[in-house]
Amino acid sequence: MLQTLTLADLLGKLKRKEISHKELYADLAQSYQQNDKLNIFLTFNPQAETESAELSDKALLGIPLAIKDNFCTTDIRTTASSTVLDAFVPQYDSTVTRKLKEAGAVIQGKTNMDAWAHGSSTETSQYGRTLNPRNPEHLPGGSSGGSAAAVAADMAIAAIGSETAGSIRQPSAWCGTVGLKPTYGRVSRYGVVSMASSTDSPGPITKTVEDSALLLNYIAGHDPYDGTSSQTPVDDYTKALGQSIKGMKIGVIYMDIPGLAEVKHLFEPQLKVFEELGAHVEYVQAMDPNHAIGVYTVVQRSEVSSNLARYDGVRYGNDRSFFGDEAKRRIMLGTYTLSKGYADKYYVLAQKVRTLFLEDFAKLFKTYDLLVSLTSPGFAKKIGASESSAMFGELEDMLVEPSSITGLPGLNVPCYHDPKTNLYLGMNIMAPMWHESRMISAGDAFEKHTNWNPWRAQ
Amino acid sequence: MKTKVPVSHVAKLANIPISDQEEKNLELAFEETLAVVEQLQSVDVSGVEPTFQVTGLENVMRDDVVDDRRMFTQAQALANAKTTHDGYFVVPQVISQD
Repeated sequence: MLQTLTLADLLGKLKRKEISHKELYADLAQSYQQNDKLNIFLTFNPQAETESAELSDKALLGIPLAIKDNFCTTDIRTTASSTVLDAFVPQYDSTVTRKLKEAGAVIQGKTNMDAWAHGSSTETSQYGRTLNPRNPEHLPGGSSGGSAAAVAADMAIAAIGSETAGSIRQPSAWCGTVGLKPTYGRVSRYGVVSMASSTDSPGPITKTVEDSALLLNYIAGHDPYDGTSSQTPVDDYTKALGQSIKGMKIGVIYMDIPGLAEVKHLFEPQLKVFEELGAHVEYVQAMDPNHAIGVYTVVQRSEVSSNLARYDGVRYGNDRSFFGDEAKRRIMLGTYTLSKGYADKYYVLAQKVRTLFLEDFAKLFKTYDLLVSLTSPGFAKKIGASESSAMFGELEDMLVEPSSITGLPGLNVPCYHDPKTNLYLGMNIMAPMWHESRMISAGDAFEKHTNWNPWRAQ
Repeated sequence: MKTKVPVSHVAKLANIPISDQEEKNLELAFEETLAVVEQLQSVDVSGVEPTFQVTGLENVMRDDVVDDRRMFTQAQALANAKTTHDGYFVVPQVISQD
């Protein structure tokens, strides 16, 4: 049962030599039997156990991690869940995986995702959908659905995902895991299959807030290979753990969205937890998140059309006839919204509304230390749900899109569990840019003060 | 006021091969998506500047020196190519022969 340990507990046990890598991998191998049914990993690294043994004197002690399949990994196939990259084996590592390896982590395997990270269901993967381990009749969310599901199924101790608008937080909410989307520019995008370059943010998906803080320490920071990564000093995020949030001002936003009716009454009592912890909680009006859907849709499609222009099948990969339906839709719509005569109507207008969101958040953060909302408007949807609408993902991600297009960091923590369906609701805690520590303190305090986290509750 | 996207023209610009059936489906999908996007036109953006990136970084430069840590050997560079010839990538012909 070692696979059910949190990252912090596993590191402790390995350090004290209470357990061995061999025992850990034997237990993980048991958990891998779920893969036939749940379709979480696309590739396993057959060398993982050997590599772990070799790295046991490094800071991360050779711990295995699940990596979303859009991070380039040397000598391990990287598909971004698209058959365009079916046979692509990178010759280099993304900065995130390089840093983790240098710190002593091992890539245990690569996880399924929406193809090219286009979606919020993991149903657009060209290698089949992933099922939610909490309830296999439901979707895991996406696009980092495989990473969140790997953690939820205890097939991984911790995982790495990436978020453009919800892709870490929303699957974490649906799978009952912790997901941390860092500030845009906090974690390097180098070697991550580009989706929307102005919002892509790699980050951890873990069992606890503590584990996310631990991993963020290793992946955050400036990277000369990514011109958009920031030189802003990096905190020791583990120092934010166990801190009092007494006196903090927390603004609650997006509570008047019509779609929340089903879950609002389950979420509202959770906000009292922050009051019990000494924070001031207030409902406050923020700019209508419906507008963020339009902004994100245009920005994302436009940047996708540019980024995916490189896949011509010449230097690597298959040709453009291999793109799936969703990728075709997004590339073509982005081509249209950037084309002569339409760029002002769509692209420039969207970027102006983006400015209004930035101004709105700047105003809110003058009064509030943190902002809190639901992560997703409801519980995990049923299998097949994404096939009903070309806008499925955008509607599911509405509550996290405003903070994504403005580059803010956000943290999902489980905040409700339905015993009938075994599904979770997630709380989205947002901080000003570069203030990950503050949201880690609040998320950690909430997690330890409640019984919603499945691993803390055990 | 439904927006009709010239699908076959856009497909050509994006170099995406599509079938007749796909063309019809895409037209409907674009209509649905653009109907949501066009709600932005109700937002007052007079005097608002567009935001293309959020970090505020400008003209990020690197030293003009060779970084051999991210150099490939010829064999590495060609490792993922389907068709190579004498150590080169083979590209599709774009100029007609006559």
